[in-house]
Amino acid sequence: MTIHKTTTSRTSLDRLKKAAALGLAIAGLGLTVTAPVQAQDVDVPESIRWVIPFGVGGGTDVWARFFAPWLSEHIPGQPTIMIDNVPGGGSINGANLFAMRARTDGSEWLGTSASTQYPAMLGDRRVRYDYADWTPILATPTGGVVYAQPGLSDDADSALAALLEQPVMLAAQSHTGLELPVLIALDMLGVEVQAVSGLRSRGEGRLAFERGEADIDFQTTSAYLSNVAPLVESGRAVPLFSLGLLNDEGEIVRDPAFPDLPTFYEVYQELHGEAPSGPANEAFRKFFASGFTLQKLIMVPSDAPEALIETYREAARSFIDSEEFKREADAQLGPYPPIVGDTVQQHLEDAMSLDDATREWLVDWLETTHGARI
Amino acid sequence: MFDILLSSLGQLFTLHHLLYMVLGVLVGLVVGIIPGLGGIAGMALLLPFLYGMEPSVALGMLMGLVAVIPTGDTFASVLLGIPGSSASQATVIDGFSLAKRGQAARALSSAFLSSMIGGLIGAAVLTGFILVARPVVLSFSSSELFMLTLLGLSMVAVLSGRDLFKGLAACGLGLLVGTIGMAPATGEFRLNFDIDYLYDGLPLVVIGLGIFALPEIIDLLVKRGAIAGESARLGTGWRQGIQDVGKNRGLVARCAGIGSLLGTIPGLAGSVVDWMTYGHAVQSAKDKSEFGQGDIRGVIAPESANNACACGAMVPTLLFGVPGSGTAAVFLGGLLLLGLQPGVSMIETNLDLTYTIIWSLALANILGAALCLGLARPVASLTRVPFVILAPLITVLIMFAAFQATRSPGDLLALGAIGVLGVLFKQAGWSRPAFLIGFVLAPGAEAYFYQAVQFQGSDAFLRPGVLIIGAMILAALFLPMLRLLWRKRRTVATEEAAPADAKPPVTMGALDLVLFTTLLGTAVFGWFSLGDLTLLGGLMPRLALAIMGIACLLEILRSLIHRPTWQGQPLGQQIVWLVGFFVLVGAILMLGFITTATLFCLAFLLGIARLKPWLALGMSAGVTAFLAGMATLLTLTYPSGLIDPWLFG
Repeated sequence: MTIHKTTTSRTSLDRLKKAAALGLAIAGLGLTVTAPVQAQDVDVPESIRWVIPFGVGGGTDVWARFFAPWLSEHIPGQPTIMIDNVPGGGSINGANLFAMRARTDGSEWLGTSASTQYPAMLGDRRVRYDYADWTPILATPTGGVVYAQPGLSDDADSALAALLEQPVMLAAQSHTGLELPVLIALDMLGVEVQAVSGLRSRGEGRLAFERGEADIDFQTTSAYLSNVAPLVESGRAVPLFSLGLLNDEGEIVRDPAFPDLPTFYEVYQELHGEAPSGPANEAFRKFFASGFTLQKLIMVPSDAPEALIETYREAARSFIDSEEFKREADAQLGPYPPIVGDTVQQHLEDAMSLDDATREWLVDWLETTHGARI
Repeated sequence: MFDILLSSLGQLFTLHHLLYMVLGVLVGLVVGIIPGLGGIAGMALLLPFLYGMEPSVALGMLMGLVAVIPTGDTFASVLLGIPGSSASQATVIDGFSLAKRGQAARALSSAFLSSMIGGLIGAAVLTGFILVARPVVLSFSSSELFMLTLLGLSMVAVLSGRDLFKGLAACGLGLLVGTIGMAPATGEFRLNFDIDYLYDGLPLVVIGLGIFALPEIIDLLVKRGAIAGESARLGTGWRQGIQDVGKNRGLVARCAGIGSLLGTIPGLAGSVVDWMTYGHAVQSAKDKSEFGQGDIRGVIAPESANNACACGAMVPTLLFGVPGSGTAAVFLGGLLLLGLQPGVSMIETNLDLTYTIIWSLALANILGAALCLGLARPVASLTRVPFVILAPLITVLIMFAAFQATRSPGDLLALGAIGVLGVLFKQAGWSRPAFLIGFVLAPGAEAYFYQAVQFQGSDAFLRPGVLIIGAMILAALFLPMLRLLWRKRRTVATEEAAPADAKPPVTMGALDLVLFTTLLGTAVFGWFSLGDLTLLGGLMPRLALAIMGIACLLEILRSLIHRPTWQGQPLGQQIVWLVGFFVLVGAILMLGFITTATLFCLAFLLGIARLKPWLALGMSAGVTAFLAGMATLLTLTYPSGLIDPWLFG
């Protein structure tokens, strides 16, 4: 029996049965052996192993567990989707193993996140996978908001002006993590940021902000809404700008979760009187696209049958516009509809291709501004 | 608040809730008892059922699981000397010693009772504290957290007693091993020698198993006999254990208090708490001579703390969305899956759910401890079984446990490597806890120090919290010394013929020399191989090397002055078993884990234990069933090798 099978029916009786089965399975540890899976349909495998290169309960794991029943239900033949967590190396280990061993018949998927994309873009020597070998099925975007201590000033405009006058501190996981585009953006605005790295999560960064240690901080949308919005209400934080959202035409527009908040580009325009350009902007766009617009991706090996990939994409399209999905997705993903199919492919190809000039600029910038070596 | 408190209690006592909570408790006990699994594996088992479940029911189930894991893992710590999870490492020291003296039942019943009381105290503290915890949690900035890691490190001095320098050297080595991986300040990779496995640093589980469990297995094999060397009547121990807890009421209450408060501080919790409370038990005891040899207080202290700590860890998880421990991190995932966002709302709009969580914690603690108490007596008889029969099973079990750390073959090799160190330490009488404490606290100490200096500059060390913790550290280090002086003076004053507190002579043996040479060599070699790191990235490993090197030199100096007595430190047989272990790892990588484990058990049971063939066959088949079943249940992939894919798909 397969415990990781994701239930598609959600009646509680059914679950109770399954729970009882689980109890039995544990009582008689190991007397259970999977019966060999027999494909009924030539096209769709009966079970899909979905590799998540992160630990159980982490952001990407929860994301996958949210999607699994939806996908399972809408793919013809209702395949069982088993989530297989292969953590380590900040997702590099799992992705490497997937690149090396995954079957190419479409029965194995990989769930990736910004921390899988970034090392590949930065040329981390541990990376042995190549996004060109994989085809995306679906991507989910997120947004992000940069906010500051109210001590600097109580409204966003003068807070920004205050930021420009003195160096500010930001608590980061690492200089090359999800904070990277934010650091680049702040640098483009002319803010002198001292990034204190080594925090274990964005949540710990927020704690450092709440303790008053960090002057500014940034959070992705869901964490912002649940944990920073109350601070803003009680006057303990001032939102400065959102990173925006990349639309299908490749323009950065206002984030639907924060329609009243200016985007980074708007703030830049106001401050410098011109649209951003140059290698810093290039780097920002690429890392913003791969870390936020395409933050989490479902990938399959490109050698998988084309028809099958299209079937998967079709299945995703069939539910992402339904009201029920939107309602449930709101808590998990924020107000961002998932992107499916070729649009993802184009965005991805564009984002992952970092030209040499930009990479050189980035390496140099990281070393001189933040003392970090790649 | 009280109406919510009561209404959530009423909700808990519906059949639906209770059933799921019992399910959570049972899963928690099973994964707690199997070494290496712990909370994360348990959560992984339950998470697939979670999506779409009614939040209060699901939370009861999850809490049932979280609450009893520090209870269940005591079995492995006490009976087999295997640290079941990071929360019960300190229990191993005296718990396993008691088992060796034939008092396993006593140790177990004490442990379970103090676990239960600790859990209840933790839940009680949590009930009120969660409402006011926000400012308290926020008052611990990076500098206070750094000082807390120092407080943890100061326990090394308490635990190593007379062999202070050897303890320091062991701790230095632990610190060094703890710095392997990414430097928090600069993101550089250190000391990884281009081995992929080392990029993440060594996993705690592997270190714990290697340093404690493997040497004990080898030691017992060399000595032959059963775990319980001395004969004692098992039956009486059970009641005695309960009485022990009664006698040490104060200790239980204090340790539970320490546990639940430290648990609320995100980022420290789990692995520090048991050592701190163990150190506290040693310090507060009048007669310290039995610690390490089987003092029941060494079991009671960490066990009452770790369940309380699991309760405390809920505070940062629920209030800030920042998990206080590994298990709490997975629990957080569960919350998100239920569509609940942690944050202030958990004590405002969702206060009822928060109280469901707390009530479930309390109830599950009672249930879990009661079940374990019932099991304690029969299971303790395991210690009567000739160890040579248990050895292959335990060896497979710790390999299975180690492999859960990162699921890479590196886990098994690292287990062997740390095992060699553990055997050397054990045979030469160096403090293994000191090594472990260094390892556990190295990353925290470095990251928090760096953050404190960056965020707060030189003000970091003048904050009131920092000064208070600093005073506690000084007290931990110097109070025992002062107390000793005081007692000496009093005995002199009353002119009693003080029994000459004859200092045991400084001893030295061949293994000490081997360790000195190795550590000094490592210090010199390490110093140079750190050359290409930046100043910030290289600071911590260099500090560790310096501590290690200087402590070694001081110990050598001390023995030069005091003229040590030579002590025989046998190693011959141990080496044979260690080589055997590596051969086994090699076979696993070549042939596959399940095949090798089965064949190894069969061969060992027939050839070395000389069991009846049908028994040996049955037990080996059990091993196969266990490993294959676990693989299915937890979607594990073992090292497959040549044969496994044929037999097990």
